[in-house]
Order: sequence, then structure tokens, then C-alpha cells
Amino acid sequence: MIQAIAFYLFAGLVIASAVMVIMSRNPVHSVLWLILAFFNAAGLMVLVGAEFIAMLLVIVYVGAVAVLFLFVVMMLDIDFAAMRAGFVKNFPLGLAVAAILLAELVLGIGAYSAGGLELGSAETVAAQAPGESNIEAIGRLLYGPYIFLFEIAGIILLVAMIGAIVLTHREPKPGARGRQDIGKQISRRPEEATVMKNPEVGQGVEL
Amino acid sequence: MTEFFQSFGMPYEWAWTVATLTGIIVISLLVMFAVAMVIYVDRKVLGAIMLRRGPNVVGPFGLLQSFADGLKVFLQETIIPSAANKGIFLLAPIITFTVALAAWAVIPFDAGMVLADINVGLLYILAISSLGVYGVVMSGWASNSKYPFFSAMRAAAQMISYEVSIGFVLVCVVLFAGTFNMSGIVEAQKGHGLGIINGFFVNPLLFPMFVVFFISALAETARAPFDLTEAESELVAGYQTEYSSMAFALFWLGEYANILLMCSLCTLLFMGGWLPPIEWAPLYYVPGIVWFLLKTFFFFFLFSWIWATVPRYRYDQLMRLGWKVFLPMSLLFVALISGYLMATKIAPIF
Repeated sequence: MIQAIAFYLFAGLVIASAVMVIMSRNPVHSVLWLILAFFNAAGLMVLVGAEFIAMLLVIVYVGAVAVLFLFVVMMLDIDFAAMRAGFVKNFPLGLAVAAILLAELVLGIGAYSAGGLELGSAETVAAQAPGESNIEAIGRLLYGPYIFLFEIAGIILLVAMIGAIVLTHREPKPGARGRQDIGKQISRRPEEATVMKNPEVGQGVEL
Repeated sequence: MTEFFQSFGMPYEWAWTVATLTGIIVISLLVMFAVAMVIYVDRKVLGAIMLRRGPNVVGPFGLLQSFADGLKVFLQETIIPSAANKGIFLLAPIITFTVALAAWAVIPFDAGMVLADINVGLLYILAISSLGVYGVVMSGWASNSKYPFFSAMRAAAQMISYEVSIGFVLVCVVLFAGTFNMSGIVEAQKGHGLGIINGFFVNPLLFPMFVVFFISALAETARAPFDLTEAESELVAGYQTEYSSMAFALFWLGEYANILLMCSLCTLLFMGGWLPPIEWAPLYYVPGIVWFLLKTFFFFFLFSWIWATVPRYRYDQLMRLGWKVFLPMSLLFVALISGYLMATKIAPIF
């Protein structure tokens, strides 16, 4: 009973907020609706007993990815008229994307109802032992049969990270003040930075 | 408590719902009361360090000061700037406050005295505390004003930066405890220091992580010396500039509830939670919740002490500390600790 109420609440809110993501005019509102959608999706994960995935969904998507979205979108100077002007021009493209997505959905559901795919062999599919927590089951799979795939994913992410840093890294221009040396700043004592002067009346101070 | 409600003839799931709701209300009220008292303590400690009296007029020793302040803001007018985005402007303090309370669901106050004893408790806290940034960012944007907006930008960058190193510190603790469950983590600390001292902080591999966690907790709650989001000499009052009345009070309460949460996390993860500090049978006659509260308030005192003592960081120094010092250091310790644990597992002489 409560499970059913919770399921329909979360599922309904996911769909409603997903619709609001594309319906709302203001991009900041869109991001906030997206966050609500993530959050309710995490609720659905908890309902099916995948609490580890649910928490990761919130930590990674809500806590990091969506904050960056919001960070960027907030700084946009939104011109609503210009946004609406592009609507007619972009409409066919949007329609095409929507049609492709719909076709994929139909294909996916069709393939599933025709029997579905056999994923992996029996011993590598998560058969959760009783009393074993989510985290242990996922860890056993990731660091057991799928260790190489997992490490390849890690390497790809590392390369992407290094690539992003290399692309955006700039040496300071010659003549600019350059990098700050924190150690030098902290080790500076008052005696080196300030001078006590006691000038005579009517005489200036030599700096 | 579920059994108690079941005895009225309720079916199990409804009894559970009622019991949980009761628990939520009790914990929220207690946390709110603790926050009110802690604000008073904060001001008293600050006063003592600055050689003045602090609040001493309302009630005996000024004990009722926080409640008088609460009544005052409650009666004030809520002013919404005409250029503000009204919905988000009002939603932001509510989110800050709710999120600050929600994290308390998995905090064990004593053995078994916890609302939700879930096996991903620590991840839940990480998830919920990562939501805290939204209140600040939304309020900064919705205020439609320069200072709050700068403050929101600072807060977003600051909180994300320090969450990374907090995450790695938690990984270190979980590696030693072998569980994400909060009660399990506390139990794992029993007799950790040569069978005498309870708590992970005595472990030479975990003590540096404890220091990193404590400093990151200061940054995560935007407390001095990392209170750049509300640096009054630069940003007026930061993201709270346009807020008044209850909306402002909700930010305030949420902020202190978060600080208390971080103090209790220090207690639970490193100081042995409800366990007495030393593994000695007579100390177990003291109820666990007393130990828990004592340790938590000790950390809160440290927070106040630091607030009164140290000057504010510069923003680039803050970022440098997070990314160039804490992140490499905590990564190194994750490697060290997992290596040590594997080594002791293979050859248990260490």
C-alpha cells in the first residue's frame, strides 16, 4: 500500500518535473526541475532496493553535475525574445530528434517484449547473496569479472581530465605579475614589510 | 516504537509510518532546541574570548536570548525585493533548512538510538550535505542583486571543492570500519587504540585525515576562517543580504544545524560516537548519549574558538588549500590505508 503510493508519487513527480524541464522558459528553472527529477529518480531506486545507486545518483548528479549546470546557466544573460525567435528555425531539427527518440523507445520495448537480450554469462550477473549489501554485490562484480572494463573506464576519465586541463592551461604572459608564491607570502614577517619612521615636524618621509 | 503503535491494532506498515513520523518530529524539535542553545553558547564563547560578557539580559545568564531573537524575527515583516524571482527567493531558505534537518535521520545518538539505521548511512549524509549548496546558490541568483550573486558563486565553488576531500576522508574511515552504516562505524572504533582508547583519531594513519576532515568541515559549513560567502567587508551579508524576517532566520538555523551536524560527524567518525573515550567498564555506566553530546559540544567549542581567533582566508588561498593540499593528501592516504589494510590482511604481523 505505502509502497504503491510512494512509487506513484516518485514516478509521477519524475515525469512531471521532466516535462517541466523542457516546458519552462527560464533555463534556471529548467535546471531546478531537472534536480527534482534526479531526486525522485533516486527515490525510485531506493524503492527497488538499490540504495547505493540511489545515493550515488544524488551525490554525483545532484551534488556535482547539476551544480555546475546551475553555475553556468545562472551566469547567462537571458533574452527571452531571442530565444523564441529561434523556435521556428529549430523546430524541424527538434522534431527529428524527438522522432528518433520515439523510434528508439518503440524498438527497445519491442525487442524487450520479444524476449530481450541475454546479458553476460550466468556467473557474472549479479545474483545477490542473502544478507549481502548492495555495495558488496556491486564491488564483487566491478572488482571481480569486470575489473579490466572498470579500469579502462577509469583510464578514459583520467585522459579526459588531463586533456581538459591541457586545453585550458595557460602560462602567464611575460611581464605579468605571474604566479603567487604562497610560501613566500606566509613567511614574510612584519620586520621585513614595515619600517618605523619618526619624522621631524615639517619634514617628509623618504620612502 | 513501531511495536508500541502496533499494540493499538494498527497494521505493521501504518504503525511504522506513524512511528517514523513521531521520530522525525522529536528529532527535529530536539535539533532546533540544540541549535538555539548552541547559538547562545557561540555568542558567549565569542564574548569570553573578546573579554566582554556576551548575551546576559534575557533570562538567567541570558539563556533565553536565542528564543527572544526567534520571536523578534518571527514578528518582523518579510520583505521580497521587487526584482527578485519570488518563487525561488522563498524556496531557497526552505531548502537550506530542510536539508540541514534531513541529514539528522541517520545520526545515531546512542546504541540503537537512530531514526533510520540504513546501511548506506554515510553516503546518505554525503548526498544530503551536497544539497546544501542549492539553498545558497538559489538565494544568490533569485535575489537579483550583485552581492548575493557573488556570494552564490563563491559558495558553489567552495562547497564543491571541499566536498571532494571530505569524500576521500570518508573513504579512509569506511576502509577501516568496513561498513557505511553509521552505527557500524562507531562499533568498529571500540578499543581501536591498543584496546584502550575508543576512536579512530589515535590511529596514525587516520589522524591526518581527521585534521583534514575538521578543516574541510569548517569550509563546508562556510564558517570562519572560510566564511567568504558572507564576508561582510566585501559582500555586505553575502547571499543573505536581501533576506529579512523568518526567511533570514531559516538560513541562520540551517547554518547552525549544519555546523552541529559536522561536529557530530567528527564525533561519530573519529572520536567513537557514543562510546566512552577510554575502554573502562565504569565509564559505560554513563549513558551513551551523554558521551555523544559531550564530544559534539567539544567540537562546537573548537568551531567557536577558531571563529574568534583566526582571520579570514583569501579566496585563492582557500581554493589552493582545497585542491592543491587536501585533495592530493587525502588521495595519498586512501592509497596508504588501503595498502596497509591489504598488507595486514595478507601478513597479519603489522
